[in-house]
Amino acid sequence: MNAKVPYDPVKAPPRALRRKSTWWVVRGTLPQRTSMILTIIGLCTPFLIWWLYTAAGLANPLFTPGPGQVIERIWGWWNDEGLLTDIGISTYRVMAAFSISAVIALPLGLYIGTFRPVQSMLEPLIDFIRYMPAVAFIPLVMLWVGIAESSKILIIFIGTFFQMVLMVAEDVRRVPMTQIETAQTMGANRSELIRLVILPSARPAILDTLRITVGWAWTYLVVAELVAANSGLGYAILRAQRYMHTDKIFAGILLIGLIGLLTDQAFRWAGRRAFHWQKR
Amino acid sequence: MDNSCISIRQVDKQFETRSQTIQALSNINLEVCPNEFITFVGASGCGKSTLLRILAGLETHSSGDILLHDQPIDGPGVDRAMVFQHYSLYPWMTVMQNIKFCRQLKVISDTVYSQSDVEAAGGRADALLNLMGLQASTESYPSQLSGGMQQRVAIARALMPRPDILLMDEPFGALDAQTREVMHDLIRHVHQLEKSTILFVTHDVEEAIYLGSRIVLMAPRPGRVDSIFDVPLPDRRHQDMKLEPEFIELKRKVLARIRETSGVQTDLDQLSRLTQGA
Repeated sequence: MNAKVPYDPVKAPPRALRRKSTWWVVRGTLPQRTSMILTIIGLCTPFLIWWLYTAAGLANPLFTPGPGQVIERIWGWWNDEGLLTDIGISTYRVMAAFSISAVIALPLGLYIGTFRPVQSMLEPLIDFIRYMPAVAFIPLVMLWVGIAESSKILIIFIGTFFQMVLMVAEDVRRVPMTQIETAQTMGANRSELIRLVILPSARPAILDTLRITVGWAWTYLVVAELVAANSGLGYAILRAQRYMHTDKIFAGILLIGLIGLLTDQAFRWAGRRAFHWQKR
Repeated sequence: MDNSCISIRQVDKQFETRSQTIQALSNINLEVCPNEFITFVGASGCGKSTLLRILAGLETHSSGDILLHDQPIDGPGVDRAMVFQHYSLYPWMTVMQNIKFCRQLKVISDTVYSQSDVEAAGGRADALLNLMGLQASTESYPSQLSGGMQQRVAIARALMPRPDILLMDEPFGALDAQTREVMHDLIRHVHQLEKSTILFVTHDVEEAIYLGSRIVLMAPRPGRVDSIFDVPLPDRRHQDMKLEPEFIELKRKVLARIRETSGVQTDLDQLSRLTQGA
């Protein structure tokens, strides 16, 4: 035994008492303040890098505008080019397509997830359609419904609906069998099982599905506005490309991201409010 | 058997899998008297849970007869309540709402004729809360309760529609030993008070003896009733009885029989040879 220092509990407190970092604990927790600071750092760093990169003159401003330029562009867009109208029409398209999807997907998903014959008949079919690229439907949609407002809504609908049905069906299938059987042993009939057990039990999962699919609806917006649109955020981005207005492309992308983030947070907030009984 | 409340006669159950037919239950015969407390034990795969689920109406048997008060069973019914091992509470409802769940169902609400019926139901819910020691948790949600408390709610909810028969499928299997002892005395008390017939599936032989008036020992491959033991204990039970010679003797007999029928044996000699590395 060469110069090994004997264990002295006073000089070296036991491992557990030492202020050990809790950062890299697997599935660990963080104080809310720390977590908030990290979120802000995470959100700001890319912007900071972007700003530094452009301010240092490393980028050709024609291809990569700086943050100031983009904010200026948003301001101009708001004042002179009707940004609010663009946001309005785009939100309308996304929300219309999303609502129509939800209205059909919710009952359909409920039936697929509850009744085996419906599942056998429809699930493989929907799975098949789901893999068809929504973008490839554009020529067909233009031929069938023309270039009216409904064509843009239809494309977003194609992009979200089939995913949504399958996810709702899965949410419904995840309702624990014991919850259903308990109601059965108390004499519940079929409609009561659906109304009083399956639906309420699946609600939080379904809200989560809606939150995720509304995000997908936004990603299909730009594609939808390829179809002979003359307004909307996606259209503005596409037109800006034609005139080399890269600052406007940046502005449009950032705005869509921001609206998506806000929608997401609104869904999360609604979920926390409505399902406060959930364990977290 | 005029006074029996459940008659199980020559019941068979086969499961079809893709490659073979599995005989889950074979020629089950059992008569259960009203107010009996029957416990089912047996090695895994003996079909004790399957039998209980068939009685609950959640599964069907392949052949034979099951009569409840001389009527064949046809699907689940309000007369038979079931308590599961876990995950059966409705997490979006408070304890009180869970217990009163059955009041929303048509079968129950059709029996309500007057305001006094409604009040009687409210009174029963309160009485069950008291019986189960849940008064302080009326407005809690299941996620805020311990496992033991959750099972109390599940039992209270099952008792709410005054079932003739209470079917319990390893209801305390997920609880720790101390909580389980408390629940044993509680369920014995409920049995005395409510005069319901209880069929109780467990893998814990001590639990089976302490709770039951008769023990049905089932054996696997194919699932069958191997033997039935009468429990030589009075109706009022006490934890100390677990140390009495007749209790221990019965426990020894039942355990030995389960070991014999399980078809799984540990060869101790072989094991010791392996560990010695000979």
